[in-house]
Amino acid sequence: MRLFTIEKRPSPSGGLVLLTSVLAILAALVVAGIFFWAWGASPLHAYRLILQGALGSKLGLAETVRRAIPLLLCGVGLTLAFRALFWNIGAEGQLLLGAVAATWVALFSGLEGPWLIPAMLALGFLAGAIWALIPALLKARLGINDVITTLMMNYIAMYLVLYLIHGPWKGPQMRGFAYTDFFPKAAWLPLVPGTRIHWLTLILGVLAALGAYILLTKTKRGFEIRVIGENPEAARFAGMSYTRTILLVMALSGGLAGLAGVGEVAGVHHILRQPEQISLGYGYTAIIVAWLAQRNPLAVILTALLLGALMAGGDVIKASLGLPFQLVNMFNGLILAFLISAELLMRYKVSFRPRRKGWAGRPG
Amino acid sequence: MGWETWLIGTISRALAYGTPLLLGTLGEIYAERSGVLNLGVEGMMVMGAFSAFATAYTTGNPWLGLLVAACVGGAFSLIHAFVSITLRANQIVSGLALTMLGLGLAGVLGRGWEGKPLEAALPALTVPHLAKIPGLGPSLFVNQNALVYLAAGLAVLLWFVLYKTKIGISIRAVGDDPATADAMGVNVFRTRYLCVLLGGVLAGLGGGYLSVAYRPAWTEGMTAGMGWIVIALTIFAFWNPLLGLVGAYFFGALYHLSYRLQPWTSPELLKTMPYVFAILVLALVARGTLKRRMNAPAALCEPYIRGEE
Amino acid sequence: MAKSERLEMRGIVKRFPGVVANDGVDFTARAGEIHALLGENGAGKTTLMRVLYGIYQPDAGEIFLDGRPIRVRSPAEALALGIGMVHQHFRLVPTLSVEENVVLGLREGLSPFPHLRRVRERLAAIARDYGLEVDPRAKVFELSVGEQQRVEILKALYRRVQILIMDEPTSVLTPQEVEQLFSTLRSLVEAGLTVIFITHKLDEVLAVSDRVTVLRKGKVVATLPTAEADKPSLARMMVGREVVFRLERGPAKRGERLLEVRDLQALSDRGLPAIRGLSFELYAGEILGVAGVAGNGQKELVEVLTGLRRATKGRVLLFGKDLTNRSPREIAAAGVAHIPEERLRRGLVPEMSVAENLVLKGYRDPPFARGPFLDQRAIIGHAEEAIAAYQIMTPSPNTPAKLLSGGNLQRLILARELSGQPRLIIAAHPTYGLDVGATEQIRGLLLKQRELGAGVLLISEDLEEILSLSDRILVLFAGQAMGLFKAGEAALEELGLLMAGARSGKGEEASAG
Repeated sequence: MRLFTIEKRPSPSGGLVLLTSVLAILAALVVAGIFFWAWGASPLHAYRLILQGALGSKLGLAETVRRAIPLLLCGVGLTLAFRALFWNIGAEGQLLLGAVAATWVALFSGLEGPWLIPAMLALGFLAGAIWALIPALLKARLGINDVITTLMMNYIAMYLVLYLIHGPWKGPQMRGFAYTDFFPKAAWLPLVPGTRIHWLTLILGVLAALGAYILLTKTKRGFEIRVIGENPEAARFAGMSYTRTILLVMALSGGLAGLAGVGEVAGVHHILRQPEQISLGYGYTAIIVAWLAQRNPLAVILTALLLGALMAGGDVIKASLGLPFQLVNMFNGLILAFLISAELLMRYKVSFRPRRKGWAGRPG
Repeated sequence: MGWETWLIGTISRALAYGTPLLLGTLGEIYAERSGVLNLGVEGMMVMGAFSAFATAYTTGNPWLGLLVAACVGGAFSLIHAFVSITLRANQIVSGLALTMLGLGLAGVLGRGWEGKPLEAALPALTVPHLAKIPGLGPSLFVNQNALVYLAAGLAVLLWFVLYKTKIGISIRAVGDDPATADAMGVNVFRTRYLCVLLGGVLAGLGGGYLSVAYRPAWTEGMTAGMGWIVIALTIFAFWNPLLGLVGAYFFGALYHLSYRLQPWTSPELLKTMPYVFAILVLALVARGTLKRRMNAPAALCEPYIRGEE
Repeated sequence: MAKSERLEMRGIVKRFPGVVANDGVDFTARAGEIHALLGENGAGKTTLMRVLYGIYQPDAGEIFLDGRPIRVRSPAEALALGIGMVHQHFRLVPTLSVEENVVLGLREGLSPFPHLRRVRERLAAIARDYGLEVDPRAKVFELSVGEQQRVEILKALYRRVQILIMDEPTSVLTPQEVEQLFSTLRSLVEAGLTVIFITHKLDEVLAVSDRVTVLRKGKVVATLPTAEADKPSLARMMVGREVVFRLERGPAKRGERLLEVRDLQALSDRGLPAIRGLSFELYAGEILGVAGVAGNGQKELVEVLTGLRRATKGRVLLFGKDLTNRSPREIAAAGVAHIPEERLRRGLVPEMSVAENLVLKGYRDPPFARGPFLDQRAIIGHAEEAIAAYQIMTPSPNTPAKLLSGGNLQRLILARELSGQPRLIIAAHPTYGLDVGATEQIRGLLLKQRELGAGVLLISEDLEEILSLSDRILVLFAGQAMGLFKAGEAALEELGLLMAGARSGKGEEASAG
């Protein structure tokens, strides 16, 4: 029994893409509303809180932007990886490695003064890139499933951070807490006054989005990335190197996530601390950011702000309604599920009536 | 403590910790054999763990908890089935969404339950006569959970069904060549739905085992990435339930060792062992490319659309 | 046996977007006859039979089986009604064994077990009666194409079909295997079955069928007893005009040696030896046809020559340079064009535009690239020229390639591959699945390249194509050269024997020259 029929649509229009994205978020909000209600909170009240918390005040807006920075950096990197059909689920771990590298530079490298921040950014990028290159090599050389390896690398990164803060890097001034010591002031990223927006990383994120867009659409390398993502067989046939392209894409993807990690420790926390406090799941949320942007790096600027607003709003309802932070994760799952379901509307024409039973298809 | 006690303890704990992995792996093997990759195992397991705990805590009946966990896992898997089979959305993204949803929902719902002791835990049992066998007895039959034996039996049963029955032939056909299976009158959609559902039920059960039997308590994120190890194990097992058994106990032993070795090195580093090994094992398996290619379901991750090939 | 009308299809209409594949077709078939369904590619033969088999639903018309009206909604229903079909692409699960493929989808009784021993016994009985020997425990991927076809027939007979549809069954067989198939089909109709035989080959119609129905452009031209038909009249009915059986083709102007293959060895995807010590040469200005049954190393040969597969031993010399195991890119840069076997999988990126697909290989170099950047204007300009020159029907250069028809996709690939004035063209099944017009145009393009002095290595399963285009013919069997003939010297009979692996003294001698 079939309730509806599905036919292929030639290609979706821009308006349709936007419409389906908005629909997906709305649907996720409705379902989440049911949970608010079950929790004993009025859904409308909760939505108002989210909206006010994210956009209602100068402080809220600033928090939205602050949340958007790591999402932007990770999200741009993910669009590149996803375009090459490399399933980088490991932005979370790559971000943590960036944070680790930045911490090392700030506390243990012996560097001082104006060189600190550039060195932290460079090494953070490098560390994230190396962390991402491991799964990239494993896939390109041995054909090992990228989803699994990138994910495993997240867990390894997480325990690595825990090891460092419980063990060798545990700060003597922290009275037994599992943190490192505070970074020297020269290693703090400058903030927009009155906010927690570390603007240097924000600028880097926007530049990365522009750069990735140009790379994908205007250059030979970008052409190779797109061909490999759409049809790796054809790419091989045309003499493109899979390994080289995947390594490039993952180095960029991991490096950008690493920068996001630098931003979080050098711009917000100024210490290395528990992984879940450094990242708040930015690496996972960035998957939605990239997917919502239809894997278009420029659109990531918008979608990162959107998800940043949701996160900032989530903070507010957490505080006022006593809802746990995992709410954001649940919300992410809902949006993603609705989003890919809604994609069906883009790729196929769905009409809600039973079609004549039997086989259909194209002439063979 | 002699090395013998040490070995017996390790084997015994490997079975105990390998059981949730085994349950999840068996389910994932069936789902993937039918052509559907479900990356939502972690989400289904954590939901199973929470719902089993909440049920057992409220009703005082751990078996009822396991039943609810199986149902919740199954219900969760149907989301994935609907999105990826009926709506033909990307299976990877859909599975990720399921994991996020499961982790999030279990975190939200489970907040008030954390730290509560579960008195109605599943009792461990000692098999009367078998326990007396020297060596083998204490490691396999003392102080184990009924579910341990159930899971091992299930592995044999599911192997038999997959390779020796008509249903098994249909499942393998659907995962390898859905168009042909469809043409021969096999209902591709129903087969895939049922296999994904079985995967969800078993993952839920595996999660439930964690919270009412293995460690009777609920903590957020208590599955700790086991769902991802399951995905790796499925490949490692060449999609064969009996090899899944071997792999699951191997990783069970690894988990156990990551606790036992703590006197010698940092616990945080030891905890990376299962993940590091998962990558290493996959790398080793990759060298046997040939065998893997023969066994991997050819239509894995491909939505089936009639009349389109 | 009384020859009653077992099957009657009346006024069948089937439309697809932009085409009427069947336009009011009437068709009947009797018990105990082999009924040939003759027509060119695209005439609507396969569509008509897919309607009968339940794959397509007709837009109009009725079907009667033994006088009773039936509706066939799916192949499973067709099988339940006693109608079986052997497709051109076999419907077999390669990883399952023969017997498992036979029981797949069977609903006999409630037992959950397949009872494979009983299946084996019945299969053995059927095999004995009709000459269909296959090892029931073998996995399908281990079987030859001919054996796989037998499994398909066994599968249908096991289900006790009364009507067996064979869709172009001979295209993958050697002439000897064809003879064996024909004798199987004859014994089937003697046992009272109806065989419907889809083909576009006139000789086969005359050799095996009792009656023939000719289709052209979705309509029935005639139905007549085969005894009353002859080759010219059938050809006229099929094509609608007088037919030239030979292509216009100038004499070969053989030039310098382009390609030299020495004792080449390579493995298949499964790691088994696929090419086993192959040596041959190819000269400028000639077309060298590679004849052989599918799966005898053709695919691997093409891949080794184009750099997509490693040679484990031996050498490939292109234009005197050793290019063994070089990358696809280096080989392409040396002037080798490749028209691949699986168009959509290899030759194209369906989601990308026609213009981008046209520069899939040339994007690295000027005028399409300037430094690290692509020159969009040059790419579009090039696309507009190519679209005009090769008559690619597309709304615009920016249209995604996936929206083009099969013939236009092949023109697109040719436009790309021939654009750099290649010196060697490796064409794998270049006209497979194309309609008559596109086939003619593409064969013409290959001949033109030959006139221009390029060498062409033509791999095809269509023996007629090989015979009508090639200057010399190399027969490939089990990864070895069985013989090398000059065009015109090759007798069909002998080619067939060699394709089946029988050694011939004559072939050996010719390979020296």
